[in-house]
Amino acid sequence: MARFTFQINGRQETVDADSNMPLLWVLRDLLNMTGTKYGCGMGLCGACTVHIDGAAMRSCQTSLADAAGKPIVTIEGLAANGLHPVQEAWVAEQVPQCGYCQPGQIMSASALLAQKPHPTDAEINDVMSGNVCRCATYFRIRNAIHRAAAETHP
Amino acid sequence: MSTKASPPPIERRGTISRRTFLATSAAAGSALVVGLTLRSHFRHVASQAPQDPFDAWIRILPDGQTQLVLNKSEMGQGVFTALPMILAEEAEIDFSQVTVVQADNAEGTGGSGSVWEGYKPLRQAGAQVRELMIAAAARQWSVPATECRASKSRVIHAPSGHTLAYAALVRDARRLPLPDPNTVPLKGPKDFTLLGRSVPNLDIPDKVKGIARFGLDVRVPGMVYAVVAQCPYLRGDLVRFNVEAARAVPGVVDVFDIPTAPESANKNTREVAVIATNTWAAIQGRKALAVEWKAGKYQDESTESLTAQLRAGLDALEYWNSTNTTLNPDSVPAAKRIESVYEFPFLAHATMEPMNITVNLENGRCEIWAPTQDGEGTRESAAEFFGIDKREVTVHVTFIGGGFGRRFGEPYDHQAFQITRRMKRPVQLVWTREDDFTHDRYRPACMHRLRGGLDSAGNIVSWTDRICDTTIIGQNDPKQAQAYELGGAIDQPYPAQYFRMSYFPVDSGVTRGAWRGVEIAFNVFAVETFIDELANLTGQDPYLFRRRMLQNAEAHPQPARSNFDGSLADPKRTIDMLDVVTEKAGWGKPLGPNKGRGISCFYSKTTYLAQVAEVTVKDGSIHVDRVVTVVDPGRVINMNGIRAQIEGAILMGLSAALKERITVKNGMIQEQNFDGYDVLRIPDAPQLETYLVEGGRPPGGIGEPPLALIGPSVGNAIFAATGKRLRKLPFQLGCPPDGCSTNP
Repeated sequence: MARFTFQINGRQETVDADSNMPLLWVLRDLLNMTGTKYGCGMGLCGACTVHIDGAAMRSCQTSLADAAGKPIVTIEGLAANGLHPVQEAWVAEQVPQCGYCQPGQIMSASALLAQKPHPTDAEINDVMSGNVCRCATYFRIRNAIHRAAAETHP
Repeated sequence: MSTKASPPPIERRGTISRRTFLATSAAAGSALVVGLTLRSHFRHVASQAPQDPFDAWIRILPDGQTQLVLNKSEMGQGVFTALPMILAEEAEIDFSQVTVVQADNAEGTGGSGSVWEGYKPLRQAGAQVRELMIAAAARQWSVPATECRASKSRVIHAPSGHTLAYAALVRDARRLPLPDPNTVPLKGPKDFTLLGRSVPNLDIPDKVKGIARFGLDVRVPGMVYAVVAQCPYLRGDLVRFNVEAARAVPGVVDVFDIPTAPESANKNTREVAVIATNTWAAIQGRKALAVEWKAGKYQDESTESLTAQLRAGLDALEYWNSTNTTLNPDSVPAAKRIESVYEFPFLAHATMEPMNITVNLENGRCEIWAPTQDGEGTRESAAEFFGIDKREVTVHVTFIGGGFGRRFGEPYDHQAFQITRRMKRPVQLVWTREDDFTHDRYRPACMHRLRGGLDSAGNIVSWTDRICDTTIIGQNDPKQAQAYELGGAIDQPYPAQYFRMSYFPVDSGVTRGAWRGVEIAFNVFAVETFIDELANLTGQDPYLFRRRMLQNAEAHPQPARSNFDGSLADPKRTIDMLDVVTEKAGWGKPLGPNKGRGISCFYSKTTYLAQVAEVTVKDGSIHVDRVVTVVDPGRVINMNGIRAQIEGAILMGLSAALKERITVKNGMIQEQNFDGYDVLRIPDAPQLETYLVEGGRPPGGIGEPPLALIGPSVGNAIFAATGKRLRKLPFQLGCPPDGCSTNP
């Protein structure tokens, strides 16, 4: 057990935990920030995606020791006020069904758009293939990413 | 008929609340309350006579706000939007004033039944509200009720110009006799102003913000987290485990073994619970257990042995049959005959939210939070387990991270009850993804053998279908198997003078259960592939062949099929669907090399569907480029929601056709996570074009039927592109040139 301090959604957080504990469980069970989801625990489904230093990362594969000291953004902090353009596009395209994977989908898509403001279908496939949606909302996910791109950088 | 090609603009109305019954009932004392019954058909049959005739309530509060208290679970299928739309339409309530309240103990959501079965009772209850408001206003104005009408939460008396808001009428309406729901006048569909529009699903804003609460997101003060080490062998048992090593893991609070659930397939054995202050510590503790297990009576079971059993079942003495003739259809004269065998694996649900339940037992009262399709079932088993009255148990139904037939309680409910009783504090039981994949209730594995005979004019003379599957109903005793898993096959729409289908159940140690659509996906795959094979045998276009066979059915009503009391599709309506889908898809237009189109059609739960898929088969891989689907669901409630359901069902069906299979080796399920069990991801998701063609009937079921078409559409398209007939799912191009599993 050791004490770790890190920046989550612009807030300083301190936890006492095992340095090997994945960030996912730190968020969910120690900080009660349950927007980041557990799906597979092996970095295979993308439900736990967060931004670390601006990059999309699987929080189930990121140890507390690796995350410490770095700025972390979760779905709860993606938009300072209201909705992020990707979240707005998700509402406009009515993407979610069960909704469980969608925080991870949105975190992956927002990181992609920050890198590539107008991604091609191939670039979308490349990045978003790491996120599983069992309700299979992929058709609307693709449309929402294109919509967010068009509305952010017309 | 009207065709709606592109979705109309989304309208923003309505609100949603997940506050519980208790939180809102304080204000309900002065409300107008109308009860109704939305119990699902399968739940109704399964349970004893319900204590309360009502299980859903409409409450009009004195401020005019309307609450619809729903006994349904929202798992992404959109019932929290579609059901209040039906109420608002009939009751003439402004939809923006309707709030959905999740009823505790919600029971029995499944079988595509919520809108299909709820349409009539919701309309009747809505009409009761409307007529009460009109009666109350008419009395106040001393005018005949027949001179009044209602609109947007107001009653209007046109001759005098008087209007009164529902809010102002609640007090008086409460004192009037409730109209009889069976005779209350319903609106004519031509007067609908809300139904059929595209309304945003009310739960979506919370879901994109990450604040929608699923079962795993429940946090109760003082709660601990539990995982259970479950036997990897089918019906195996616990031998020993290292308590000390697990207890030594930081954060682990307790370790003990528990009996398996009495309703579990693996009853009378034991498993090991590890309880910790957080989920990760519990998982680490479980790893440290170093459990030794022993195999059970299914220790030699494998995918190969199951395939052999299924294949042997094709010639075994049948348990059950349906026929329209006393003759053996395989022996009647025919100009041409073919036989094909189709093969289907076990499938996992792989809901994105793994199984979980949170239980607190305190002072003889039990509070449960669960992402369940059957809260009432969980409530009953908790009451029985803890030996308390059912009224002392409350099940808060959370949002569900994927249902698909998986969320019916056992055996994780029982594990959580065992652990809670011992821990004497709130417990959240978490199944890891590995637990979920290896201890699911899988969709049955199945094999079909179809034999068909054609006359010299290319008409079907005989149709023989033998289905072997690892029965759901008879899984603890195959002798108890009933002919339950025949939907889509027994009611196949193509006429044959000599029709016979028969069923043989196969035993397996693998636990089976419902899976979105259950049997229709494999049965319709067999039927709609075989009809393509018959068309090809006589050199006929698969669309025109289906069309001609359905015309035959229309011209010559078929002899009744024994042991079948359902209804067959109207052949004319099915032809309409085929005509529309081929027109929309450009059937017959050249596609270029390595590409092909495939067609299929289906009728289920009063919904008609037809589909054309376009594929490219190149460099050893299958890519589905475009899927055109035409659906006549009867009346559309929410155009946005129904499209979402159709799109999702198509792609989940595509996932099963291209990717999914559970395999068994040495009596153990082999797939542990998404690396071994492949599911559809975004690169494989095709362009979807969906057309709604409203047929003027009441709404039918929609969550499951569209799932059945995509397998045969794609398989038939692969045949069109390559000449290769794939008869085994998931599709594998590496099968022999004449296809897999043919003519054993």
